[in-house]
Amino acid sequence: MSKYLKSLTIALAASCLTAPAMAEKLGLGRAALPAEIAAWDWDINAMGDGLPVGSGDVLDGEEIFAEKCAACHGDFAEGVDNWPKLAGGADTLDHEDPLKTVGSYWPHLTTVYDYIKRSMPYGNAGTLSDDEVYAIVAYILYSNDLIEEDFVLSNENFMEFEMPNAGGFIVDNRAETEYAIWSDEPCMTACKDSAAITMRALVLDVTPELDGNTATTAVSATAAPEPAPVPAAPTIDMELAAAGKKVFKKCKSCHQVGEKAKNRSGPVLNGIVGVAAGSVDGFKYSKALRAAAQDGLMWSEVELAAFLAKPKAYLKGTKMSFAGLRKEADQAAVIEYLKTFE
Amino acid sequence: MSNHTVKQPSRRAFLGGAAAIGAGVVTSAAAQAQAADPLIVNSQDWAQSFGDGVDAKPYGLPIEYEADVIRRNVEWLTADTVSSINFTPIHALDGTITPQGCAFERHHSGAIDLKKSDYRLMINGLVDTPLVFTYEDLGRFPRENHVYFCECAANTGMEWAGAQLNGAQFTHGMIHNMEYTGVPLRLLLQEAGYDTSGKWVFVEGADASSNGRSIPMEKALDDVLVAFKANGEALRKEHGYPVRLVVPGWEGNMWVKWIRRIEVTNEPVESREETSKYTDTLEDGTSRKWTWAMDAKSVVTSPSPQAPITHGQGPLVITGLAWSGNGAITRVDVSRDGGKTWETARLAKPGEKMALTRFYLDVDWDGSEMLLQSRAMDETGYVQPTKAQLREVRGLNSIYHNNCIQTWWVRENGEAENVEVS
Repeated sequence: MSKYLKSLTIALAASCLTAPAMAEKLGLGRAALPAEIAAWDWDINAMGDGLPVGSGDVLDGEEIFAEKCAACHGDFAEGVDNWPKLAGGADTLDHEDPLKTVGSYWPHLTTVYDYIKRSMPYGNAGTLSDDEVYAIVAYILYSNDLIEEDFVLSNENFMEFEMPNAGGFIVDNRAETEYAIWSDEPCMTACKDSAAITMRALVLDVTPELDGNTATTAVSATAAPEPAPVPAAPTIDMELAAAGKKVFKKCKSCHQVGEKAKNRSGPVLNGIVGVAAGSVDGFKYSKALRAAAQDGLMWSEVELAAFLAKPKAYLKGTKMSFAGLRKEADQAAVIEYLKTFE
Repeated sequence: MSNHTVKQPSRRAFLGGAAAIGAGVVTSAAAQAQAADPLIVNSQDWAQSFGDGVDAKPYGLPIEYEADVIRRNVEWLTADTVSSINFTPIHALDGTITPQGCAFERHHSGAIDLKKSDYRLMINGLVDTPLVFTYEDLGRFPRENHVYFCECAANTGMEWAGAQLNGAQFTHGMIHNMEYTGVPLRLLLQEAGYDTSGKWVFVEGADASSNGRSIPMEKALDDVLVAFKANGEALRKEHGYPVRLVVPGWEGNMWVKWIRRIEVTNEPVESREETSKYTDTLEDGTSRKWTWAMDAKSVVTSPSPQAPITHGQGPLVITGLAWSGNGAITRVDVSRDGGKTWETARLAKPGEKMALTRFYLDVDWDGSEMLLQSRAMDETGYVQPTKAQLREVRGLNSIYHNNCIQTWWVRENGEAENVEVS
């Protein structure tokens, strides 16, 4: 920190030249109301300050997790595709490829609570009740084999729990371990005998392709408008479709639509309304959906609405970990929105 | 990536014909036209008729011939684009100021749409009076202008284990450099009457991720800005419109966008972004936390894999960028032989604290292959380390804060590749 402090002093001295002087308060802004502070100030620090009163157990957590988290994080918190793995990785931190999960890496359990309450579920942040968050945190601990399945986590026992990697962190020590040895006058001539190539990026070949003749293709790429819904047929109710665009936010973390859409944890949904189920190229469907497709399932508006209402009840074994759209208006709106993508 | 993918029509025209391109070693004398240049001797449309009138584009974008100078992402890095990052096309820019439209983006929950009229900033915690400011309120505080770089802690993070991504945009493009206009955070804290015993401020954004970070009070009182303009105009949506935090020299994750709350506290929160992420795991499995400052670093932006030499031997401008989160850049050396010998480059301007510095080395290229490197030094005396030096201290798993010396292998035909050397 000594270097930081030194540059701080220099910066302060220099800033006297240009910084506006201000000794007194300007009387700007207004007092924040207690209700406003309560609405925004609910961070939970590592001491446990801010933990709300409540509790949740592993079994409830499992259910909530399956419904609200598993689409990305997997039923067992093992992570789907490139989405974060939340469990596993114990004792791997000094390995070649450490697996950093809540169980193997996170030093404070408070952080798990704070983050889930604040930012999850992805695309629908801040909608979990305090008890639901306790239950999910309990389930994640359980997935990491850190508690038994009958464990009930609450604000009472929360701070008693010590994370496995709690002692695994040190405060930045670059000043001692690096700055001291990398501050010599650098070598200018005869610094080494040889400089042979030991690794090449082109051999690894993981750089994105810069599309062919860049000049022309890139022009069309930037000139292309946002993949705005194009009416597929004159019968589309654009107002309803616009409402569906909002509902679709719930689907977006797994499904893409539009010109550049790609299969993610769910298939591309362009042109899905009215076509045979299980027909999106390159998507690995569940057994259940493949069977239904063989039996001739067509995604008519009626079938889609039924599926969207309660996916797991409609199609037992579907990969779609989504609780469902209970409101008929939401089902209709999102279907109308999907109709705008050919 | 083959040579032809990176050519630009403007350069093609300049060379006086596509034939000159890809010919590899062509002397500048040979490039001189034998026949009279039709671009000169023939009448051209643009010299005869009208161009666009004013207002053809009330807000202008770059001309279509520059359409490849854009942000790009690396799809396999992240699960989706909402929580992801892309890269500034530093290989195609010059000077130091990054235009907002091609400055890299990093979101944890997507770039939100927040109107100035809907904007509120709360200051609470250990203060005499918790306050709420509107956008208009912020505009009534005395404000300052500063140029600062913003670098993601993960910039160059894919290169720890070896040479991976073939282009300066991808290896070093998680950086931008803008002139910010804003209010020193110090003034806002004073307005609320902060408790001088408070050791930290916790800052969070209005988006769904909120991206909370704890910042030590001495930094908050020193040079942190609550900024609402960049390069003279409003921040772009993707950079936190209408208001973001600017934390000079420190990792980009702390520059909270759409900033909505600043809380004075005694303890750090130890949020997700300062424990599970943005911590640097060392070889023995322990991890450094609170590694806020971005150490001195540099890269040659041209020639580089996306910016090959197309003119053959003769005069060649080698150029790049250098920066340090610990102060001003004082010197940049360039090696053309993989670090055996070094020459001191020319700085376009004296280095400025926590801002990008442009360097040039004007050489007479003999057409032979080069292993190009650059090495920055800052006012603290720190010298940018090699990959080997970094690995010796940290191992391969740090992800963040990779400020190693980069090597481009420039071949006789002018093409360049990201390599590692012994």
